Amino acid sequence: MLRPTLMAAALVVAFPAYADADLDALRTELQQLKASYEARIQSLESRLQAAETQANQAVQTADKAESQAKNAAAQVKTADVQTTPVESASDNAASRFNPEISLILQGQYANLNGDITDRNITGFLSPGVSEASSGFSIAESELVLSASVDPYFRGYLNAAIDPDGGVGVEEAWVETTSLGQGLTIKAGRFLSALGYQNQFHPHAWDFATNSLMYDAEFGGAYTQNGAQVRWVAPTDLFMEFGAEFGNGDSFPSTTSSGLGDYTLFSHFGGDVGVSNSWTAGVSYLYGKAQDRESGLTDLNGNPAQTLFNGNSKNWNADFVWKWAPEGNPTEQYFKFVAEYFWRDEQGNLVCADNLATGGVCDGTASAYTSSQSGGYLQGVYQFMPRWRVGYRYDRLNVGSTHFGTNDAYLPVYDYSPTANTLMVDYSPSEFSRLRLQYTQNKSMIDLTENQFFVQYIMSLGAHGAHKY
Amino acid sequence: MKSIRLILSLLTTLPTLAHATLNVFACEPEWGALTSELGGNAVKVYTATTAMQDPHRIEARPSLIAQTRRANLVVCTGAELEVGWLPLLLRESGNAEVQPGRPGYFEATRYVTLLDKPTLIDRSQGDVHAAGNPHIQTDPRNIARVGAALAQRLVEVDPANAAVYQARWKAFSARWEASIARWQQQAAPLRGMSVVVQHKSFTYLLNWLGLREVATLEPKPGVEASVGYLAEVAARLKTTPARAVLRATYQSPRASEWLAQRADIPAVALPFTVGGAPGADDLFGLFDVTLAGLLKVPQ
Repeated sequence: MLRPTLMAAALVVAFPAYADADLDALRTELQQLKASYEARIQSLESRLQAAETQANQAVQTADKAESQAKNAAAQVKTADVQTTPVESASDNAASRFNPEISLILQGQYANLNGDITDRNITGFLSPGVSEASSGFSIAESELVLSASVDPYFRGYLNAAIDPDGGVGVEEAWVETTSLGQGLTIKAGRFLSALGYQNQFHPHAWDFATNSLMYDAEFGGAYTQNGAQVRWVAPTDLFMEFGAEFGNGDSFPSTTSSGLGDYTLFSHFGGDVGVSNSWTAGVSYLYGKAQDRESGLTDLNGNPAQTLFNGNSKNWNADFVWKWAPEGNPTEQYFKFVAEYFWRDEQGNLVCADNLATGGVCDGTASAYTSSQSGGYLQGVYQFMPRWRVGYRYDRLNVGSTHFGTNDAYLPVYDYSPTANTLMVDYSPSEFSRLRLQYTQNKSMIDLTENQFFVQYIMSLGAHGAHKY
Repeated sequence: MKSIRLILSLLTTLPTLAHATLNVFACEPEWGALTSELGGNAVKVYTATTAMQDPHRIEARPSLIAQTRRANLVVCTGAELEVGWLPLLLRESGNAEVQPGRPGYFEATRYVTLLDKPTLIDRSQGDVHAAGNPHIQTDPRNIARVGAALAQRLVEVDPANAAVYQARWKAFSARWEASIARWQQQAAPLRGMSVVVQHKSFTYLLNWLGLREVATLEPKPGVEASVGYLAEVAARLKTTPARAVLRATYQSPRASEWLAQRADIPAVALPFTVGGAPGADDLFGLFDVTLAGLLKVPQ
């Protein structure tokens, strides 16, 4: 009997123990679970909190941004009273860095004497007059780009797109903007600052054709591949002095290597009262010529090719007077220009052998000296808004020319080439111009040619400021 | 010997003389007048244009290049008004101090909110100013805004005379604000008056006084009116009548007088800037004369 009770007792005693152990295990398990859940909840909670603070922060920053925007707006409003510049919002940031671009389109209809094949200026060793063509033609289209490079330099490019294809670089230069004291240095290819008209591209000319003087002296215009230094004096009277050094690869110089030529120039100018202004200048060009080609006509009347070696000294004088009532050229103005040049050349001249074609030259090289001059006078009058009339008188003095032994083959003329030019032009706006021109051209001996031109000049893009 | 000493003393004093006064090149008379108000004897002002000249069309004359060369500060309108001549003056002058971006280069329109900003920037629209209408000087409140900025700039460029500029600005500003109040009171009857203008020269004036511009005598900015266009404007005035035709004194009277006769309304020539009419000898006179001209129009 004892045994079952004992067993029971033992069981009872043992069971709780057993039960206790089990319970403990369960409890620990539960506790572990609870702990892990708590940890998870805690982590979730902390994540939630973090998210919440982030959201708060976002709201705060949004608030801040808003208040900043408000401040900015307030600042913009008060900017009128304050002294901070009002920036125009419409400006496109990228386009602000774009250079100024302008494109010039020109074309003309010319009525010339078709019988003249070999155009030249009688008595002058010129690089040949550009072969003007009768009928419709488009002139070179000029593309001009310019901008500040940085606070120290400015760059400029003028590319001429030839109607027959090909692109020529008329000008490509950089110049300083920060030297101060009136000093500017320019380098690259540029139109020389000598004379008055030289720096104007054809679209800015007052006539459809070039003056005989520029054709004879430079074959168009004098371009420098080199460097220029110029200085403006700190005086009420405008005084500018400058010098250029270059390769001298533009007529009348033709040195192909090294420093060939130099120019010295000076310009002066001022106002007389409020309605009148003027400029005047004196320039000097020294050029070296090596095998410089010019076409002449020999004593037999045959075309002869000549090669000149020597030096060319050129003096230029220019004078410009402008009048506009009250200094306001909108309604009316008058512009008078006069330029003159003197040239002395010394060296030797080869008249290339043209015996085969019936000529008389046999390729002899002999001494050559010449002393020549020429110039033009012109007046342009705007008699009412948009309408202008102009007249130009060209005259060259053949001066004295000595060919040495070549005197036997080449004629020396006593003839003064002249031209009379009349034009009328109409400018619908300052960006477009239509022109009608008549020229009585007597640049070749025993020949009077009547030339008629109808021309248009249009400029697109940047509003270029034109020189005086 | 005496003359040599005189020349020597002149030569030695010249540089100090040059530094004593600040050379200011003002593109237009209003900025020349404003600079004189703020600078007094501390500045020497050269004004490049007169009220009889069209500031859009000035030639870059040698005399202007010479003056730009000597300037310590260039004060211009900006907003492309002087685009046809000022860039050339700056380039040819060889003066580094006054190049854009330097303290010596001041553009008034940068301190004013511009009106008439074109939505279409194309030359077919005439001579449009991409930045907006540059003729800001016809609203005296703009003069005050530019004056505040200019006074600060004078101090920056010429700190030695800072006290002069600050004191003169304070005095000018007080007188100017009082004058604006007086002008506004005088002009109260003009509010709502319809006018025809020759060019968009008076946008800011009309905006200030609450006048209504019903037509412009230029079909497009800078493009002169044809007879056909003027007749069209005259016809338009029959349905929307105007009480006067306004033009600046530098503009040709032809178009405005033709229309005035047609529509039987007075043609009024306003000075537009300092020196543009008798009495408009300074900035105060400019607005006195302008208001007197407008108030003469039968109400």
